Amino acid sequence: MSAPLVSLLGCCQRSSRLLVARRPWSSSPVSSPPMHTRLLLFLTQRFYDVEMLLRWKSRMKRRGLQKKNAYYSYTQGLYGADIAAAYYVLCLRGGFRFVGQSEWFRVDRKGKFKWDFLSYKDTPLEEADMSYTIINYIGLSNLEGQKSLRTLSLRGCSEVDDWFLARLHVFQDSLKDLDISHCPRITTGGLAALRNLKGLRRLDVSALPGISTPGLVIILLEEMLPHCEVIASGYDHSLEPEGVDEERSQG
Amino acid sequence: MSTWRSLCANVRTLRVLLTFRRVAPDPRRPCGLVASRRSLSTGTPLRNDFFKDLEAKLAATRKKARDALPGSAWSPLHINPNLPPERTDIVIVGGGVVGWAVAYWLKKKEGIRGGLKVVVVEKDTTYSRASTVLSAGGIRQQFSLLENISLSMASADFLRNINEHLGVLNEDPVDVQFNQAGYLLLASDKAAHIMEDNYHTQRAAGAQVSLLSPTQLKETFPWMNTEDVALASYGVENEGWFDPWTLLNALRRKAISMGVVQCCGEVTGFKYSSNEVMTEDGQRLELRRIKSVQVQMPNSLEFQPVECAVAVNAAGAFSAKLAHMLGAGLGPEDTLAGIPIPVEPRKRFIYVFHCPDGPGLDTPFLVDQSGVYFRREGFGGNYIAGRSPDQGEEPDVANLDVDHQFFQDKIWPELAHRVPAFEKLKVTSAWAGYYDYNTLDQNGIVGTHPLVSNMYFATGFSGHGLQHSPAVGRAVAELILDGGFSTVDLSRLGFRRIADREPVLERNIV
Repeated sequence: MSAPLVSLLGCCQRSSRLLVARRPWSSSPVSSPPMHTRLLLFLTQRFYDVEMLLRWKSRMKRRGLQKKNAYYSYTQGLYGADIAAAYYVLCLRGGFRFVGQSEWFRVDRKGKFKWDFLSYKDTPLEEADMSYTIINYIGLSNLEGQKSLRTLSLRGCSEVDDWFLARLHVFQDSLKDLDISHCPRITTGGLAALRNLKGLRRLDVSALPGISTPGLVIILLEEMLPHCEVIASGYDHSLEPEGVDEERSQG
Repeated sequence: MSTWRSLCANVRTLRVLLTFRRVAPDPRRPCGLVASRRSLSTGTPLRNDFFKDLEAKLAATRKKARDALPGSAWSPLHINPNLPPERTDIVIVGGGVVGWAVAYWLKKKEGIRGGLKVVVVEKDTTYSRASTVLSAGGIRQQFSLLENISLSMASADFLRNINEHLGVLNEDPVDVQFNQAGYLLLASDKAAHIMEDNYHTQRAAGAQVSLLSPTQLKETFPWMNTEDVALASYGVENEGWFDPWTLLNALRRKAISMGVVQCCGEVTGFKYSSNEVMTEDGQRLELRRIKSVQVQMPNSLEFQPVECAVAVNAAGAFSAKLAHMLGAGLGPEDTLAGIPIPVEPRKRFIYVFHCPDGPGLDTPFLVDQSGVYFRREGFGGNYIAGRSPDQGEEPDVANLDVDHQFFQDKIWPELAHRVPAFEKLKVTSAWAGYYDYNTLDQNGIVGTHPLVSNMYFATGFSGHGLQHSPAVGRAVAELILDGGFSTVDLSRLGFRRIADREPVLERNIV
């Protein structure tokens, strides 16, 4: 009885932990977070239990992500690599199209899909639409064997980062169309990894929040991939920064 | 002191304001009597400052009352708050990236919260001469030694999942600015077979490397002159460069949040117990065991002996000096005690230059067969270049002054030969840093000393310390806590090869 009480009332003994955990909100450019977040953080700095619960929550979330992106070795063993890849795409709520077929296999709003794709044995995927899914670096191992993948759409994927782009080199011979717009985690260092995709003809890098100087980076990308059409919309290419305009009007 | 001064300043301004008000003339009085209105008191007017000081006085009284109660840290003898604790479990000497990686992994493996007390001692917290922050920051898997390849791959895995490892609740996510541009190693005719052998070793270990012929090289990098290149080895994945300062700070922040104590001080000595044993062939050996580490405060004679169970030598270029304090290398020539730690500081230069027409976004970290290397820095046409000097032409290590003539004589001609666009360049800046150079075989030393049973070494990486640091940190933590290596087996990089004088050589080094 006393032990839970003690733990509930326990304060963080090490002041260094507090100093690190406490974040001065005034230094962040974003406005101060909502009330419940601030309350949670206040409690985390004072109670071990709350800290543990928050850490569990993030760990569970990460574990769920890894589980969804795990290597589908069982399916591969039973049905072959192509069906396993197709199944993986559908499980992540994406869509795909087989080589030589014209119909797309997609998921409906509730996440259910038809099992017709099982009848196409040993047919590799030609186009995969993984937009707004949680595909990540580990999940790409399910698609690695697809040597005929021509189109890959990763629009708005929140887990696609620079390392994912580096791993795309497995599709260097076949990939012709890549869409990585609206991915929040991609930075300019990762765009350098696209140098391996020599067959790329169309690249969509619109509205990437992680790029700081979009104009320059787009020019460098176009130089790096001379045969590729680079589409980059959604960037503000205006020459004057906002602050300078205000000063000019006042002065 | 400054609050007292500001308090006085406030008092003075208040006094000025108050006296000014009193001097304002009263229209009913004749002018000549205005002067008599001025206050003749020169003391501080107590009444008006009373409420301003009240808050501060109450806080001071509260603090005094809290200190007087039992359980407070106050003591009548003034103790320097920067001293390290009197006793701890593990002392890590050296606060570079290797030292903090070891600290982080030790805390990660401790099992229960607070199960291990770790202190990291760093003599210069500005890191002005530390190898970590002066490094070019590259990471590659293109080595010939399997241990090095595995270490690099494990470190790349760590960097990929860096936020899972080093993310602190409520802090910004860590962004090491990893440029996924790969390494490109060039080989002449004579060295092509070595490169092929290395390629097979690397592929067998799982590294994503590809070989390029001169024609393929010219296709991929049209800005390069491929005249005398026989073969090139290109890293496709997990290779590139990143910001070492961010990694260091992320490791430090996470380790401190887990309870590691950082101490700014210099280790000036050890207290150890000795035990003399006789070997089978009649040799007398003095086995030493560290009892405490003497840590001296910066710019002061004050020191604190820190009792510890284990000491980790992660002092980088200055590791030999530390081992000297334990008597390693001071014994007679042919004995085990006479073998010194073969790590010494070697100065290396890095030059930053600007070239407007240089290679673009896909510039890899190019290592030429002459030993010259360069990589892109940022996106404005700036590049970083360097070269290991030849044997016998090593620069003086007493200071970190840059020799600009070295660039003119040894680096620029090779650069211009390899990349014709670099004939027109302008050096904008340069710096120098130390390699913790292992004179025996230029590979790291990881393990215990045969004569000092509780000192663990993690040094001598000769330019690869940064790229191996997360994996080496984990290996040393496993060695200390589990007694052996489990993830990467570094037994070949231990002390045995130093004692037997059998180098474990790497077949290409930059």
